[in-house]
Amino acid sequence: MSEVIVITSGKGGVGKTTTSANVGTGLAMLGEKVVLIDTDIGLRNLDVVMGLENRIVYNLVDVVEGNCRMKQALIKDKRYPNLFLLPSAQTRDKSSVSPGQMKKLVDDLREDFDYVLLDCPAGIEQGFKNAIAGADRAFVVTTPEVSAIRDADRIVGLLEANEITKAELIVNRIRMDMVRRGDMMSIEDVTDILGIPILGAIPDDEEIVISTNQGEPLVGMNSFAGQAYLNICKRVLGQEVPLMDLERNKGFLTRVAGLLKRA
Amino acid sequence: MVNLFEILTRRNSGTIAKKRLQFLLISDRAGCTPEILEMIKDDMIKAISKYMEIDTNGLEIKITQVEDEDVSERLAILYASIPIRVLLTKGTYL
Repeated sequence: MSEVIVITSGKGGVGKTTTSANVGTGLAMLGEKVVLIDTDIGLRNLDVVMGLENRIVYNLVDVVEGNCRMKQALIKDKRYPNLFLLPSAQTRDKSSVSPGQMKKLVDDLREDFDYVLLDCPAGIEQGFKNAIAGADRAFVVTTPEVSAIRDADRIVGLLEANEITKAELIVNRIRMDMVRRGDMMSIEDVTDILGIPILGAIPDDEEIVISTNQGEPLVGMNSFAGQAYLNICKRVLGQEVPLMDLERNKGFLTRVAGLLKRA
Repeated sequence: MVNLFEILTRRNSGTIAKKRLQFLLISDRAGCTPEILEMIKDDMIKAISKYMEIDTNGLEIKITQVEDEDVSERLAILYASIPIRVLLTKGTYL
């Protein structure tokens, strides 16, 4: 049975596209057949994060307008033959596609894929409405900041109003050192406020910047963010994976203190 | 001394963020902007001033949330605290 998931946030720049790329790649790594759809018409980015920007011939709007067949627009990933990208159009705008057309497009893809992931644009206007039109489930990405959480709360309300009841939270760019000294809201604070179940937390990790520079998602790689994203993918597949101990990157002294305590 | 105070308050910016957010979301979720709240306040002053003299500067109005045990969900409540200076009706009963 296939599942359509929209990755959304309200606020821009909190990591929707990075999350889409990594969750999509991770699910493919775990053997699922996945298609990633960039729904940010006019501001396409997912192709760049995936490192597939040079392979685009046709895009989402071409498929909707019937300029090409779906198969012609889908780009096969560099590493995983069971992972595909449907890129967005760069020279069009959000009104080029309607929610009804998006729903039909997504329903067509359900036939051939285990997971259809939609990377939603920032905002709550037409682009958002298009992206959520065909979704069964939503991942709400936020960072532990007042502005991002406020926008995420609005998104949670709008998802409910559109009858997408399965919404889960991803807290991105958390810094445990700051949480520990009381200068950042904790994962519990954020889930407490938003009132939806947590799917995972991604630590603030320089490796993300490096992986984006290279155009290769880091899911599954030996870094905190890479492991945290893989954990999310396993949870999506129904496996019970406890929230990662993000405290592993403690300083030398804390580690020594920890060892002494254990001894 | 000032520095010490600054350090102590800065240390808790996470808690400050959470509190600010909780207040912000109450009015967001109720769909009530600060402008609407200000308009309600003005109308209340006009209405109540017909019957009593009130301290308009001390008037406080806000939306808070309470847990409703019956339906186990949060309800928004409009809360107003209005200090009365003089009851204008008093004279008529003398």
